[in-house]
Amino acid sequence: MRDRAVILGGLALFLAAATWPAWRTLASTPSPPPDLPRPTGATRCVAPTAYMRASHMTLLAEWRDRVVRDGVRTYVDGDGREVAMSLSETCVGACHTDKAKFCDRCHDYARVTVTCWNCHVTPPPAPGGAR
Amino acid sequence: MAGRAAVATAAGAALGCSAGLPRRHRLGIAIDLRRCIAAGGCRACIDACHRAHNVPDIGDARHEVKWIWKEPFERAFAAEDAETITGALRGQMVPVFCNHCDNPPCVRVCPARATWARDDGLVTIDAHRCIGCRYCVAACPYGSRSFNWIDPRPFVAEPMSRYPTRTRGVVEKCNLCEERLADGKLPACVEACPERAMVFGDLADAASEVRRVIDERYAIRRKPELGTRPQLFYVI
Repeated sequence: MRDRAVILGGLALFLAAATWPAWRTLASTPSPPPDLPRPTGATRCVAPTAYMRASHMTLLAEWRDRVVRDGVRTYVDGDGREVAMSLSETCVGACHTDKAKFCDRCHDYARVTVTCWNCHVTPPPAPGGAR
Repeated sequence: MAGRAAVATAAGAALGCSAGLPRRHRLGIAIDLRRCIAAGGCRACIDACHRAHNVPDIGDARHEVKWIWKEPFERAFAAEDAETITGALRGQMVPVFCNHCDNPPCVRVCPARATWARDDGLVTIDAHRCIGCRYCVAACPYGSRSFNWIDPRPFVAEPMSRYPTRTRGVVEKCNLCEERLADGKLPACVEACPERAMVFGDLADAASEVRRVIDERYAIRRKPELGTRPQLFYVI
């Protein structure tokens, strides 16, 4: 092949360009995870932290279907504690009182768009609550 | 539903649901029109309902959203022969809202199963499921359902966190204060009426006050000839 150098050179250039996002990310320092304030209203969540980190959206979807479709409004957690299945009243109202500092920080970091807040109204955070 | 009395079988059989089976409970409201119109231009029920449910006050009739509103008697009850309406009711504004029909046309037409009737007859909407096709708005013969043509949030003066708002693109209507009933409270309109003109209860319970009011006095309903079996009774 007369053009071997050109072909292999072009191929190498293409592979470098195509994999540029991957090795650029590997080379850069990752942005720090968001600093989330501790909940102010309670010491224990309705589910284990590891589960909530991975699947809180599943829990909220199940709560939504139980309340809206089945009319069941009380959730019994693993410890037998009863809470109201309400994003605004329980999750935000009672515990993670500052939605902007808790929910939004992680969603912004992960670049996740949630539509919950289009409808659900959160009570204003208490002054001097979460940092 | 804890605490509700057992159903008298005769009353229950008379209040069969659209499947032909008697309901154990059948929620409904009796509105005493004499007491209501005695209060003149009262808006207590409308204000209480719309405040409790974050209903927007848009001000533009093309986009208005309403759960409960007032209609002239002749418009609300067009089937009533105009010449026989007594002077006291002629031209009076009467409150109208979703009738939570026993045979609801809105439930039948919804393609997304976003609106349905509970076992006790309450017709409710799942805003998450609604696709905004407005078929239910067309199906309702009473105009009880409103569509959110524009984003309602800027028009809600003080959003309550106890109940969500809606977004643009979904339908809403009176939900008979389902969330308040779950807390053991009365519907907001019933509680707010300064004349105590509204009585809410279980129509299938022969001992309930609402049943007694309807049994003892003459009550009419909106457009009964359509077969929707509305459960709002207007005592005249």
